[in-house]
Amino acid sequence: MFTGILDGIFNGLSVGSVLLLAALGLAIVFGLMGVINMAHGELMMLGAYTTFVVQNGFKQLGAPWTQFYIFFAVIAAFLVAALVGLALERGVIRYLYGRPLETLLATWGVSLILQQFVRSVNWVLVIGLILFCLLFFGGLWIVKRRPDFERIRNWAIAILLPLSAAISFAVGSVLSKTYKLAVTKPWFGAQNVDVTAPKWLLGGLPIGNYQLPYTRMFIMVLTVLCVLGIYFFLNKTPWGLRIRSVTQNRNMSACLGIPTQKVDALTFALGSGLAGIAGCAVSLLGSVGPNTGQNYIVNTFMVVVVGGVGKLVGTIVGAMAIGITDYIVGTGILAQLFAPIPPLANFFTFFATTSMAKVMVFFLIVVFLQFRPAGLFPQKGRTVDA
Amino acid sequence: MTQAAPSFDTAVTDYPLMLQVSGLNVYYGESHILRNVDLNVPKGEMVCLIGRNGVGKTTLLKTIMGLLRPRSGNIYLERQSILTKSPDQRARAGIGYVPQGREVIPRLTVKENLLLGYEARADRPKNRQEIPEEIFELFPVLKDMLWRMGGDLSGGQQQQLAIARAIMGQPQLLVLDEPTEGIQPSIILDIESAVRRIVATTGISVLLVEQHLHFVRQADRYYAMQKGGIVASGPTSELSNEVIQRFLAV
Repeated sequence: MFTGILDGIFNGLSVGSVLLLAALGLAIVFGLMGVINMAHGELMMLGAYTTFVVQNGFKQLGAPWTQFYIFFAVIAAFLVAALVGLALERGVIRYLYGRPLETLLATWGVSLILQQFVRSVNWVLVIGLILFCLLFFGGLWIVKRRPDFERIRNWAIAILLPLSAAISFAVGSVLSKTYKLAVTKPWFGAQNVDVTAPKWLLGGLPIGNYQLPYTRMFIMVLTVLCVLGIYFFLNKTPWGLRIRSVTQNRNMSACLGIPTQKVDALTFALGSGLAGIAGCAVSLLGSVGPNTGQNYIVNTFMVVVVGGVGKLVGTIVGAMAIGITDYIVGTGILAQLFAPIPPLANFFTFFATTSMAKVMVFFLIVVFLQFRPAGLFPQKGRTVDA
Repeated sequence: MTQAAPSFDTAVTDYPLMLQVSGLNVYYGESHILRNVDLNVPKGEMVCLIGRNGVGKTTLLKTIMGLLRPRSGNIYLERQSILTKSPDQRARAGIGYVPQGREVIPRLTVKENLLLGYEARADRPKNRQEIPEEIFELFPVLKDMLWRMGGDLSGGQQQQLAIARAIMGQPQLLVLDEPTEGIQPSIILDIESAVRRIVATTGISVLLVEQHLHFVRQADRYYAMQKGGIVASGPTSELSNEVIQRFLAV
């Protein structure tokens, strides 16, 4: 009985730390900035694919390197996801601040684009995209240096946009005609790809008759490091102070001289980068596909809502609570516990599958939010209404 | 009683001007809030803007700060147009803003609120984690409260914090929006003397919106607003009871 509960707590913490890692970035983007980013899961997916790419790259390097690719993968996943997030913020979201519904739809669209992108990405697509960016933004940059830029701006865009699109499209089709499959074969395809954990992460720590896998422990440690890093960044650095100030009072922060646009971009890039790290972590748990992100997005939003918007500690407790409840219900520990009372035991046995446990957890969340609509750790004080 | 006092305004352009607002028209949607507002703040002087509630004083200050965009007219800071600049650029250009209702950042400590004042500094002071002693000389009450949350302070303390925060940025122009609104009389005197000391020691210019008469009389010049336009102006020494009756009394 005792080992059963201990086992439940360990595994719950492990599930919870995956949730927490995935929700950390969202807690910053949704909790602090108030932006509903439906593409968060896809940023995770990009992080997972980055891990896959880094792994394959290190395989080429030979024996000692293959064991340590994971550390480089974490950093690369962070950078890739942060850059994509930065582009997303600059290109889409910054025009939609204060309009949650439009943000939701736009980021959902971005999530679909990203999913299809990893399915069909190949050399032609990448070369075409890079060429287009070079031509369009390079052209804009040159035009921008003219003194009468403001006047000819719309004309310049109207000419540059179709022109650079046509050139890149032409180059792309020429490439695909000449080199055929070598350039048109998708990099990843629609199938899932597998990331294999390095050897030293295989196996597990034996506890009683149960093993705690090292990959899970690795994720726990990664989660703890990320939480500490975020806490330190937000509370002890000048940029952290700026972020906290802007998230509480945007107008006044601007009037104090804080460059709010830079702060927005940085905050969003940070949240996206954390999603990338989470993606790197979940790639160790199973195969990675274009839909990987979708499996996590609902859960992560639940974590942030249960925890209370705008509080990191709420996100931590929320993730752990959901993780432990999910595991305890899902593995039927409760059913064993209530074995002497047949109706209850039957009831919990019914929910003792992964998907039904999710139903139970969401039901509990709905009930919980009836009583605590602002989550576990709501913002207090007169500032809430403002 | 001089309506619109044109003689004063033309004469003042010979002075070195810190802030010059000319022909400003501001709308909220289709309602015309500011109508052709002209206003000058000479360097090193304290200018007070008076008028009843709802005549557009705060709107004017928000437009100067860049929170609202005017439909026409221009704003110059030291002869440079700042119309295209964003609020944070204006703050770094040297405008320190203390808004109505203080707007202290509630979930930051007093010290963090003060440190945010450094953001407007053009020069990057080396030790950005310390609060200079002058701030505590001006507002001794803040010294014991550095670790309290800004939102937990009383109204008067928040007001002092907001002014201190603006001073941290070493602005050239201090814009104060009703600093004594809803504050107990003893603290009003503290704030008043602090502002006077700031002007005396640093020589910065001040644009003040105020209803409290004693404070109004500290200013060098006044502008009176009515229905979104400037209707009277002149040296504060000429601010007669008649003018006060017309533009300030309820």
